[in-house]
Amino acid sequence: MNLYRITALVLRYTFLYTRSFPRVLEMFFWPVMDLLVWGMLTQYLQSAPYQVPGFIRFLLGSMILWDVLYRSQQATTISFLEDIWARNLMNVFVAPVRLVEFFMATFCVGMVKILITVAVLTLLSAAFFDFQLFSLGASLIPLFINLLVMGWSVGMVTTGMILRWGQASEALAWGIPFLLQPVCAAFYPVSTLPQWLQPISLAIPATHVFEGMRDVLAGKGLSGFSLFYAVGLNCIYLVGAALLFRYFFNQARHRGLLAKLGTQ
Amino acid sequence: MNRVAKSDLILRVTNLYKTFDNTIAVDGISFHLARGEVLGLLGANGAGKSTTLQILLGLTTPTSGQVHIFDRDLSRHRISILQHCNFASAYTGLPTNLKVWENLLIFAYLYQVPHPFKKIQSLLQLLQIEHLKNQVTGHLSSGESTRVHLAKALLNDPELLLLDEPTASLDPDIADKMRKFLRHIQQERGMSMIYTSHNMRDVEEVCDRVLFMHRGRILVSGTPAAITDHFQSASLEDAFIRVAREGDQFLSP
Ligand SMILES: Nc1ncnc2c1ncn2[C@@H]1O[C@H](COP(=O)(O)OP(=O)(O)OP(=O)(O)O)[C@@H](O)[C@H]1O
Ligand SMILES: [Mg+2]
Repeated sequence: MNLYRITALVLRYTFLYTRSFPRVLEMFFWPVMDLLVWGMLTQYLQSAPYQVPGFIRFLLGSMILWDVLYRSQQATTISFLEDIWARNLMNVFVAPVRLVEFFMATFCVGMVKILITVAVLTLLSAAFFDFQLFSLGASLIPLFINLLVMGWSVGMVTTGMILRWGQASEALAWGIPFLLQPVCAAFYPVSTLPQWLQPISLAIPATHVFEGMRDVLAGKGLSGFSLFYAVGLNCIYLVGAALLFRYFFNQARHRGLLAKLGTQ
Repeated sequence: MNRVAKSDLILRVTNLYKTFDNTIAVDGISFHLARGEVLGLLGANGAGKSTTLQILLGLTTPTSGQVHIFDRDLSRHRISILQHCNFASAYTGLPTNLKVWENLLIFAYLYQVPHPFKKIQSLLQLLQIEHLKNQVTGHLSSGESTRVHLAKALLNDPELLLLDEPTASLDPDIADKMRKFLRHIQQERGMSMIYTSHNMRDVEEVCDRVLFMHRGRILVSGTPAAITDHFQSASLEDAFIRVAREGDQFLSP
């Protein structure tokens, strides 16, 4: 791994994302919209007679943390798509760039983008709905990191699929996280899921993060158990995703797709 | 100059095959490239030129056969080989919303060019595009964009430069300037080049030797003049048309 080349790629995304108003706007538009809609809905629900105590905190906490996962995946996949759209993929891959360097760069840029988005959401949710994300305390850090890392894994897999099946599979880039959303118990406890789905849910790192978050918000503190599962599963998936990407990448080289994706 | 290639043989390709599903794109070709030589790949659409270049760049893996560049096996030393190669094509692009110098700077960093700003400045001067430095890359005309791509391709002072139809979409005047420029810089630096083009003028002026490809095979190799003679044609263009139309009869079984 070469730090110099990673910096070069990070610089590239920095130019790319700061130069373009729509790209900057995209960092805030949907998250802020979601926050406002869900925040107001729960405010309304809380004024109803049968309220769940502290419901708004669970929901907004989930929403912001979900965004960490979603945007972490997006940062990786969209960075790759940007090169396809610009017909620049070939230029990048004929440069002496290792895959690990390519991904490290997208991870770094993704992290910065997410921190900015989360900062804005945190401010807004505090201002409008009196929800303090920092009430999660120090637990926020491991929760955040675990979602970030899971986003990397999902991002690598979706990127690999685009590489293998072409731009037609671009929809996967947007869609796959939403396939995970209902299963990973982002907005409700695992126990709400049908019995048969629960083991699948528990095999997803994010499930343990969201369960952990609810525990913390309910004043129970982050269980070492949740954290252990989240970290363990993340390690397994990260390695699995890297291997899967390698496989897709080699398939693409075998089928001559690297050159085709870059130029059509 | 501190060269990586120890011997004077920059590239050695042995029995290269590439099949895609049912298509045989490259059908057992062998050739070599000497230091400072410019090799043209000529052939009709679908002859296998781009596939060959992509294999040489490690973008596509061959079905079988060996590629040695700078005496190293490409399948095992891809990254260190690519450090001393570069590529430009009319069919690739650069991020459109970046300025020209920004795009060049990023590639200069990727290739770990020493003194990147000085290098970029000197290449912009050399290619007479200094005035485009602060332009947004997406706003360039195709002629300007070709020159920016060439600047990118020269950033790391490559010992082997691969060009896939670099002059496609250029007007005759600019195409002529590009040919002269390429020839000049190639001779000055003793750079080795592989060049594909459908423009016979390009091939005649720039290439020392030509591989005439047809259906993934090499029909004949030689200087542009020798090839013209070989097919008893009046010009390279006539030879090309003849091979494109009656090429099968020249293929050995
Ligand atoms: N990724 C791919 N998948 C399937 N077939 C391919 C692929 N790339 C190339 N081919 C086929 O291989 C053959 C050689 O293609 P190639 O692009 O190398 O030709 P070329 O000589 O560069 O042609 P042109 O002058 O049109 O650029 C063609 O028949 C093409 O259809
Ligand atoms: Mg071609």
